[in-house]
Amino acid sequence: MLKRIWIIFVSRNREFYRDKSGFGWNIVFPFFIIIGFSIIFNQDDRTEYKIGVIGNGNNIKKEISRQYGNFRHTKFMEFIPVDNIVSGREKLVHHRIDMLIDPGQGIYWKSESSPKSYLAEKILQAANYSAEDESFITGTVEGREIPYFEWLFPGVLGMNMMFSALFGVGYTVVRDRKHGVLKRLSVTPLVPFEFLTAHIISRMFALFITTSVVYTGCSLLYGFENRGSYFSLMVVFSLGGFSMISLALIIASRSSSEEFAGGFLNLLTWPMMLLSEVWFSLEGARPWVRNIARLFPLTHLTGGVRKIMNDGATLYDIRYNVFALTAMTVIFLTLGSVLFRWRKAD
Amino acid sequence: MTPILEVIDLKKHFPGVKAVDGVSFSIEPGICFGLLGPNGAGKTTTIEIIEGILKPDSGKILYRNEKRGRTFKEEVGIQFQNTELPHYLTVFETLKLYRTLYTRKAKLDWIIEVCHLADILDRDNRKVSGGQKQRLLLAIALTNDPELIILDEPTTGLDPQARRHLWDIVNGIKQSGRTIILTTHYMEEAEILCDNIAIMDYGKIIDQDSPENLLLRYGEGATISIKSDTPEKIVSAVSSDVYTVEDTIEIHTDSLNECIQKLAHAGADLSNMTVRTPNLEDVFLKLTGHTLRS
Repeated sequence: MLKRIWIIFVSRNREFYRDKSGFGWNIVFPFFIIIGFSIIFNQDDRTEYKIGVIGNGNNIKKEISRQYGNFRHTKFMEFIPVDNIVSGREKLVHHRIDMLIDPGQGIYWKSESSPKSYLAEKILQAANYSAEDESFITGTVEGREIPYFEWLFPGVLGMNMMFSALFGVGYTVVRDRKHGVLKRLSVTPLVPFEFLTAHIISRMFALFITTSVVYTGCSLLYGFENRGSYFSLMVVFSLGGFSMISLALIIASRSSSEEFAGGFLNLLTWPMMLLSEVWFSLEGARPWVRNIARLFPLTHLTGGVRKIMNDGATLYDIRYNVFALTAMTVIFLTLGSVLFRWRKAD
Repeated sequence: MTPILEVIDLKKHFPGVKAVDGVSFSIEPGICFGLLGPNGAGKTTTIEIIEGILKPDSGKILYRNEKRGRTFKEEVGIQFQNTELPHYLTVFETLKLYRTLYTRKAKLDWIIEVCHLADILDRDNRKVSGGQKQRLLLAIALTNDPELIILDEPTTGLDPQARRHLWDIVNGIKQSGRTIILTTHYMEEAEILCDNIAIMDYGKIIDQDSPENLLLRYGEGATISIKSDTPEKIVSAVSSDVYTVEDTIEIHTDSLNECIQKLAHAGADLSNMTVRTPNLEDVFLKLTGHTLRS
């Protein structure tokens, strides 16, 4: 039995690393994401709001000069010269700017349909605020702040694992069933348990290699630190990988249509990518959205890894995530094994 | 002698089709047994039931006089009609992969020699030609040193040269004393390779015997081929079996001289006429009323 598992494991690994385009993409893709997002989100002069300004700014109406001056000094604002009201309003209508202001006349225009326009207006109004009006006491966050890419990194790693596990296993098994590779294996003494075990171990091995390379590379590039233990990190990554591969085995259990498998995999990966807090926090999202997100393994993988890396959490601290990933692995794996068929339906 | 394989009253129905309809045969050890029939005759379904891929609706299959047990997969070598090979592996790695799956193993050197694979061992599976792929699939079927080898249309789609090459290999395997079950719709292949043939059509076995006996039984007389544009009234002048085969009219007759005289008398153009002794194609035509290729 072990010899059979070993030879399938070796063959799958050969297929993985000899498929240079797929292998390269698995390594390069997360780097691109991390580099791209860290550039976008870590620039001091990045722009949140674009304000169109009519006139050259020399002729400012006296009554608004202090307010306008404060407004111009607000961070994350870009002030764009606009030739006249007509072209300015045109830009505002098409959301190319968030607000149009004419400091000479003391008039501004906003878009009723744009949330950013609404917030830009609030910032303009707040620019008239003076320190004497202060009623809140300002507090500051203690300790080291977590840069955005350090917050983003666990999510991107998890997302990469998700794609690699789901498409790498699900798609491959379906393709092999479609082309009769599985049918040929079915008439050998190989049993489904050995075949599936070899697939799981092989993909886990591939995930471990690619995740390690990406982790080390990003660590060298950005010098971030893991505040928790590497053992805890390994446990959560392993459970996350197992649960995703097991999920892939359910999708791959019967189908022989690559189109169906591709569509179904997209149907699974897109909600996970959007709702598993890879890119943004679901803090404040509606309860049903958060409940749906809890059903996804990527949510628990990302959440667990983030707490370990960013906050130094222990396995006990993230026991809820660990339990959820373990339970999902057991359920998915059992279902995938029970449903598995070597051949396409007659 | 105890048959190595016995198939008893096998039935398999698919919606709207009786794919296998009461098929029975037994195979003596050490022979090449052929299932001959056109596409859709039920050959592959019968073979897949024997291989354990399909479950029969009814019927029995005995291997060495017993029901097929766990050891069946260990002792049987199988070549499917259409199989894709694992991606990104070389020919040698593929052979090693399949060989490792069995407890019982043939020597790799022997497999490579028998199937003439020495020149392509390092080649990626995806880059082998059609003939090379069929040789590799045959080699895979030999990795467990099987007593019984099942070959499902092994030469379909190959050019004549590659087909003859594969026949030589199968003949070589036959010489080593192994039992072969071969399905084919090429009568020439069946005549050259098989010691015993079961002729199948519409899920039934119409007759079974050695090629020689089948020809003796059904192949008396001669077959005359004339142009297909010969007028019907001329053709109807002969009182023999007449079939249209592709672009010729074939007349099976037991009285060659009389038949030719009648055709000439009726005004047939005999300038392109050919006369030959019957083959298995003619036997099949006589038994079923249609050709193997139809």
